[in-house]
Amino acid sequence: MTSHVTTSIEPSGIRWQSILPIVAVLALAGLGLVSSDYIVTVLGFAFIYAIFCTGLNFFMGYTGQASFGQSAFAAIGGYGSAILCTDYGWEPLLALLATMVLSGIAAVLVGYPTLRLRGHYLAMATFALGLIVYEITIEWTALTQGYMGYSGIPPLGIAGFALDTLKHQLVALVVLSLIGVGIAARLRQSRFGRALASIAGSESAAQALGVDIARYKLIAFVIAALYASAAGSLFAHFVGFISPEIYGTTMVIQSFAMLYLGGIGTMWGPMIGAIIVSILPEALRGLKEMQDIAYTAVLIFILIFAPRGLAGLSVLFRRAHGRVQEKA
Amino acid sequence: MALLSVREETMRFGGLFANQSISFDVQEGELLAVIGPNGAGKTTLFNVISGFFPPTSGSIHFDGEDITGKSSHDVASAGLVRTYQLVQLFKQLTVAENVEIGSHRVTRGGVFSALFRPEWMREQEKSVAQGARDLLRFVGLEHQADMMADTLPYGRQRLLEVARALAAKPRLLLLDEPAAGLNTQETDALAEVITRIHGTGTTVILIEHDMSLVMKIAQRIVVLDFGKKIAEGTPDEIKAHPDVIAAYLGGTEMADA
Repeated sequence: MTSHVTTSIEPSGIRWQSILPIVAVLALAGLGLVSSDYIVTVLGFAFIYAIFCTGLNFFMGYTGQASFGQSAFAAIGGYGSAILCTDYGWEPLLALLATMVLSGIAAVLVGYPTLRLRGHYLAMATFALGLIVYEITIEWTALTQGYMGYSGIPPLGIAGFALDTLKHQLVALVVLSLIGVGIAARLRQSRFGRALASIAGSESAAQALGVDIARYKLIAFVIAALYASAAGSLFAHFVGFISPEIYGTTMVIQSFAMLYLGGIGTMWGPMIGAIIVSILPEALRGLKEMQDIAYTAVLIFILIFAPRGLAGLSVLFRRAHGRVQEKA
Repeated sequence: MALLSVREETMRFGGLFANQSISFDVQEGELLAVIGPNGAGKTTLFNVISGFFPPTSGSIHFDGEDITGKSSHDVASAGLVRTYQLVQLFKQLTVAENVEIGSHRVTRGGVFSALFRPEWMREQEKSVAQGARDLLRFVGLEHQADMMADTLPYGRQRLLEVARALAAKPRLLLLDEPAAGLNTQETDALAEVITRIHGTGTTVILIEHDMSLVMKIAQRIVVLDFGKKIAEGTPDEIKAHPDVIAAYLGGTEMADA
């Protein structure tokens, strides 16, 4: 009989779990809207990174593959949007979509040969991809203006209605990142998502059940690239200025910290991680020279006590909840 | 016509013949066991049949179609599903999800149906979840459905792997030493499950070391030794076969069975 009780509480558990993060995100965004522009900027970065990490989670979390080069697709998105909007006067939204298509094509071309590699070799190959694109953004000055970067990129807008203020843009970023998480959750809870998870679990078992692992890895890589490209474009529009360092190795390291801290392979983990890793240094600013030490200490502390990431902690609540129900 | 037909299959690794000119047929609805001492080439035979590597020479036909050298996921898609000697579960997922993944072969849909959730897709998701529950009940794991797969005791992990393979609705199920590492009770439970699977009309090939299990449930036995087929027949014929007894060094295990 126990199983009947546990299955019957499951739907309410899932609903509670899916509403709470949305409320938390909206509350945070609301708090941002009544704060200074500085805080709005920090939150804006957080939600841009949330989009980037939600995409990366497809490849690294759900599918269990390593990519150190996803910043390359953010660079394609960012530079593509910058060039199309400032030099050619494109609509930002149109440029964002066009560069996503471009990134998707690039991901197929790069992914097809490299995804045959596994583990460390795949990590090295993707790392090289990031470095190559980084070098291109520096050296191909005719296209990218090198170290000078691109400035005067117009803010995001829809059909002629530009989102002039930072706060307008923050609202747009929150909405877009929530849509991003929603899409990820839908894709994960399907035959497609289960096929990705089977690859992370055991490639040979996945194959023995008829999963074409090369194909699914490639699709996960492309989806991650689409998210990365959108995040890169959004960054360009949000800040109005981009330069090569923005899409460099730091971006990769930041996103890894976010993924592991928030909970890799979970629905909300990437966003939770992105928000915390973005806000934490600002919250610790008062500590002055101790800031970096405190920041690192908090990160290590979280990883020791929540090795599966902060989103993994929700399992504790669910278990406690389930036990109470079973007794009743 | 035979469901599976292995013809003159040879698999060479450098100078070593892991399988040498092995031929046998499996009829629809049969329960065949492949036995042999360690290193006889049983798992190699499975790996070749299931497409993990192409044979050096010879051919494999499944349901009249030549599947020699096809990739493992293509072979699986055709309905020939295998399990592994070392349990290969999706450890980070729940028991129920493990079985749901098994239905990959018999379901459809990709990114777009997952995103837009048309009616057929929602129906399919329901039947996948229901089918998984039914299969867990079939192998006796219904109370563990929401546990993480790696928290199951070893014997139950074996049963879960079998349930997951069944979710693929195999026409031919290859079980690679399913009783390895199980105690007597667990082996009995497994034997009962395999017999019931066979009873539902699924063709089964079983590699096994546990002679009592093989003698109890197999209808026909193929014996390998040093990569060659040395005998083929019913359990009683195999027990009395002089080459088999010699291969098992006096056949103490046979006497027990």
